[in-house]
Amino acid sequence: MRREPPQRLSDYGPLLFPAGMLTLFFVVPFATMIAVSFFQRQQGGFYTPAFVFDNYARFLSLFFGKVLGFSLFLAIAVAIACVVIGIPFTYLLSRSRRSLQIVWLVALLSILSLSEVMIGFAWSTLFSRTAGITNLFVWLGLMEQAQALTPSFGAVMTAMTYQAFPYTVLVLYPALVRLDPTLTEAARTLGASPVKAFFTVVVPALRNTILATLIMVFIFALGSYLLPQLLGRPQHWTLSVLITDQAIYQSNMPFAAAMAVFLVMVSLALVGLSLYAGQQRQAK
Amino acid sequence: MSGLSIQNVTKQFGTFTAVNDISLSVPDGTFVCLLGPSGCGKTTLMRMIAGLDLPTGGSIALGGSDITKVPTHKRDLGMVFQSLALFPHLTVGENIAYSLRIRGTPKDVQKKRVEELLAMIHLPGFADRSVNKLSGGQRQRVAIARALAISPKLFLLDEPLSALDAKLREAMQVELRQLQQRLGITTIVVTHDQREAMTMADTVVVMNKGEIRQAAAPVDIYRRPADSFVADFIGQTNLLPFEADSARRVTVLGQLIDGLYAPSSGAKGLLSVRPEDVQITAPGNGAISGTITFIRDLGGAIETFVEAGGSQVIAVSSPRSRPEVSVGQGVGIRLDPETSVVLAK
Repeated sequence: MRREPPQRLSDYGPLLFPAGMLTLFFVVPFATMIAVSFFQRQQGGFYTPAFVFDNYARFLSLFFGKVLGFSLFLAIAVAIACVVIGIPFTYLLSRSRRSLQIVWLVALLSILSLSEVMIGFAWSTLFSRTAGITNLFVWLGLMEQAQALTPSFGAVMTAMTYQAFPYTVLVLYPALVRLDPTLTEAARTLGASPVKAFFTVVVPALRNTILATLIMVFIFALGSYLLPQLLGRPQHWTLSVLITDQAIYQSNMPFAAAMAVFLVMVSLALVGLSLYAGQQRQAK
Repeated sequence: MSGLSIQNVTKQFGTFTAVNDISLSVPDGTFVCLLGPSGCGKTTLMRMIAGLDLPTGGSIALGGSDITKVPTHKRDLGMVFQSLALFPHLTVGENIAYSLRIRGTPKDVQKKRVEELLAMIHLPGFADRSVNKLSGGQRQRVAIARALAISPKLFLLDEPLSALDAKLREAMQVELRQLQQRLGITTIVVTHDQREAMTMADTVVVMNKGEIRQAAAPVDIYRRPADSFVADFIGQTNLLPFEADSARRVTVLGQLIDGLYAPSSGAKGLLSVRPEDVQITAPGNGAISGTITFIRDLGGAIETFVEAGGSQVIAVSSPRSRPEVSVGQGVGIRLDPETSVVLAK
């Protein structure tokens, strides 16, 4: 059967439902947020419609600049950590026995059923002085005495990587399973050690998948606001934490909206930049 | 000694023995085909030579030094895989130069070598093309050039032509053989196609169930098969039961064949007679008597099916020497003692 492009207006009918839902639940709230970001805040109260740039102006300070910078840095670090751990892990997983693969995939999927709160508290317990893993190290003779590993940047990174890891594996897994295993064998017969074969064949052959994974984890990590609060110091708080703080505790909706809009803009710009860079390299 | 030497190599996967105590020596510059039905262990044997699988027992030596435990990337060889395994993210030139790049060869030397190899495989100017846009035959050539880039001591090909259509396959067989003779490189090809093996090889190694049944020149394999498996697997043959008397004289289908002797008196077994060596004559006068059941005229050759003594005998003749017979007619069959092979049990 030949497929023709839609001719009449009624041919677009099936598209109406998703388009309507998208408008209702995404475009309208986002437009509202943009509008609110220009509103005038009423001290001690709510806000009045206006068109002022105060909220954006207030945002342009060293303090918020630092927070934004840290948020982006944290999201990029988590994305890189996930991919660096995820690729060798998924590669070995895809080459292992079928039954073992299923066990691992089920275990990873079950992480997705945990809420961010549970993950946060589980890690804060594991990193605590009284009940944490350092007690195990003491028992093994690796450490002198138990100590608290939280709050710290490492704790935030660990928990966020843990949370994003299942998504990483789920995106990488199909691509690695489809990868012809004779490619690495061919590389080995051509003189590449297994490690060299991995970096010269497996990684470049998966370049687009890796880029997509990096972007996905980056965006996922950018929205995290509970784990930095549970496991980090105030200097580890992300912009999402401040947005929540402004919106809920300070009742400063216009400012929270301005920060959210700015965050979306910056992350879109970064994603666009990395896609552009990827295309440039492919065209080369 | 030089060349490739395989000594008592065995490979077991769990309780299954894929390769059972195989010894084989391949002199420098020869072309060897490992031939056998699927699951006979030929690919496993090749993977052990390449170092992609490790033997359970035995040893492999190349150019006089033991390579049994040497990892694949340190063996001096080139291999073409059944899937070809061209790197999809690299161009034709980058694929061919891969082994040189890994070894840190200077860029200009790489470029020169790639041009040489592209000329050799009749694809000059293809260096910057994407491998995903090549035809089957072109991909095949690129895989061959890539494997030969470092001029290895040993050239391995695992079912290299199986993805090509019949016409192209025949042409590539001739081309591959000519290339091997020009370069004088020791070459081993795994195949299940006996035509391919006969076309290319100096030595055909027929394998079955993890063992070598016969290793000899193609003509010898065809003319003097070592056992009934080889006789049946290589080309078409008539396998007829025989009995020998006390003077070792052989009786087939109730007829004593003059001048044909078994290795021992009273022996029983099968006689292998190629269809083109079966002669159809008038009945009687020392010929095996039979009845024609079917005639297949293929234009270039005529196959005559004869029922004799409970066995079916197929005779092939050219249209010029076409016997004047018809279905249902009683005829005589003559076997030539020179070309009949006695395969004692």
